[in-house]
Amino acid sequence: MSTATAPVPPRSSVGAPFLSVEDLKVHFPTDDGLVKSVDGLTFSLQPGEILGIVGESGSGKSVTAQAILGLHKGSQAQVSGSIWLNGRDLVAASEDDMRQVRGSEIAMIFQDPLSALHPFYTIGQQIAEAYRVHNKVSAKDARARTVEMLQKVGIPNAAGRYDDYPHQFSGGMRQRAMIAMALICKPRLLIADEPTTALDVTVQAQILELIKELRDELDSAVILITHDLGVVAETCDQVVVMYGGQAVEKGPVDELFALPEMPYTWGLLGSMPRMDRVRETRLTPIPGSPPSLINVPKGCVFNPRCRFSDRVPGRKCFEVHPDLLPSSSPRHEVRCHIPHEERVEILDTEIRPTL
Amino acid sequence: MIRFIISRLIGMVVVLFIVSVVTFGIFQLGPILSDASPVYYYIGKAPATPELLASLTHRFGFDQPIPVQYWNYISGIFGKTITDGVSAPENCPFPCFGYSFRQNELVSTLIGRTIPPSLSIIVGAAILWLVGGVTVGTISALRPGSFIDRASMTGALAAVSLPIFFTGPLLLLVFVYTLHWLPVINYVNPTTNLVGWLQSMILPWVALAFLFAALYARLTRSNMLETMSEDYIRTARAKGLDRRTVVVKHGLRAALTPIVTIFGIDVGTLIGSTVITETVFNLRGLGLLTIQSIRQQDLPVILGVTLVAALALVLANFIVDILYAFIDPRVAL
Repeated sequence: MSTATAPVPPRSSVGAPFLSVEDLKVHFPTDDGLVKSVDGLTFSLQPGEILGIVGESGSGKSVTAQAILGLHKGSQAQVSGSIWLNGRDLVAASEDDMRQVRGSEIAMIFQDPLSALHPFYTIGQQIAEAYRVHNKVSAKDARARTVEMLQKVGIPNAAGRYDDYPHQFSGGMRQRAMIAMALICKPRLLIADEPTTALDVTVQAQILELIKELRDELDSAVILITHDLGVVAETCDQVVVMYGGQAVEKGPVDELFALPEMPYTWGLLGSMPRMDRVRETRLTPIPGSPPSLINVPKGCVFNPRCRFSDRVPGRKCFEVHPDLLPSSSPRHEVRCHIPHEERVEILDTEIRPTL
Repeated sequence: MIRFIISRLIGMVVVLFIVSVVTFGIFQLGPILSDASPVYYYIGKAPATPELLASLTHRFGFDQPIPVQYWNYISGIFGKTITDGVSAPENCPFPCFGYSFRQNELVSTLIGRTIPPSLSIIVGAAILWLVGGVTVGTISALRPGSFIDRASMTGALAAVSLPIFFTGPLLLLVFVYTLHWLPVINYVNPTTNLVGWLQSMILPWVALAFLFAALYARLTRSNMLETMSEDYIRTARAKGLDRRTVVVKHGLRAALTPIVTIFGIDVGTLIGSTVITETVFNLRGLGLLTIQSIRQQDLPVILGVTLVAALALVLANFIVDILYAFIDPRVAL
């Protein structure tokens, strides 16, 4: 399943998925060495599905998103593997071809809407521009369509606010405008890169709800990048947990939350505040810091921070790189040397009581 | 907006007032320190008899208290009659900065005659260096580390280090005296002889623009590099815009905004300080007039030129501020 060299895409036999990322690698040559930001990532997605990509800063989430959009083309980055969208390989596509895809088939929402919007153009101009790149329409029609989109994402007095500049919008409004810009060409795939991180908690839920509504309406696939497992549990159908540029655990959201098996996922769950717990319980941080992406640890990437590497005989965790293997169900995959039964036992006896 | 303009206008008047007081004050010091009568500085020679000295001192008002003299000077700008008691009285209309007895002309006539060559140099050179510098800087920024980038940035460094009194004579030697492509420089009025004007201005433009273009190229490059790594540039690419639109409409638009400020101030500062260019190319401009009047201790001319230069700088700043509000919507006036 996880063999990177498999000649036939593992899932192609199960009916071609809408988006299929296979063995994606994004490496950046720097003066200090090769930074392996994404190193062999595989996942797939169907229309109407929301996939969550979770991980710490520097785990390769955003780099993956930008690779799907082809934003690394023309830079120093080395991208390999394949990204199949509707039967077309985006890694091999030229910059000109990607330009046609960007905005029309794949659209992206960025983390900080204030810096992602141009300060010198009005909100309306910027959204209409996104529409006019891919649609030959008059300025008047583009304006009408923009106002319609702004209304749809819940901007009051949309026609009046068309001529406002980004700095005249509130944070939540700006993110709504970003969403309007991303969805104006009805993309089949929407990538939201931490869309709620820069926003108020109260606005977060509204924005996520909006993304879900629009997904239902357009039947688009959505990739939601976040470091917030709460957001994933609430919003996503599938989840990929990334660590050090690799997927360490992935599967359907309900299965993964019912039976998380990778020690890193346990760490993420343990460091998440929960309202339904007693206040006295302390959050458990994951010791250590994310790995260097230049000198990736030998063996399992997570071994320097893993509390359970002594459960594996010998020094396997430090010498052999574990494969991403199916666990409790064929769709739930885990990258860990600890045997499945033992992982379940650790989860029940040591992890669950502290969550 | 109107509030802003009014407050800036008041500020301008205050600045000009301070400049005039300070310059006027400095010129009171000269006669005091050298223990000579101000009349000497005024007419350039010692009056023949003590009676004449006393008469002239009274006629020019040097026997009055300094604040009164200052007031007479400032109010005189709006017109007065000037006489040294020997030659026929002369009517001095607005803007009247007095009379240069050394050059036997009204200061305003002298300044009015020397402004066209100076302005010609500055305006032409400014257009050249802005267009040239921004183009080179943008090309460099789009391919950082490439051969073009390194070549133009090395060239810019060399250009900044080469003074006009080196590049100017070099240009003259090559294009006028060796290749004979251009006639010997002699300022003519562009409204009567446009071709002659262009022929005489092209070398001064190149020499002056060369220096500034280098600075602007480096400035544009660093601004552009910073802008192109902004999030909104990534957004523009994610929309599917072509590279040209991303670079020009989204990149340059933001990168050039701070350059407008510097450009305005540079142009304002240059008025009255293009003396090296004027000397090298033998153009009788405002800078040369300044140097000449300083050398001759021609007080009325120095005072007039100083006020005109200060006014130019203040005006340039004012225009830049207004312009900025139109360029950057975040600036509310």
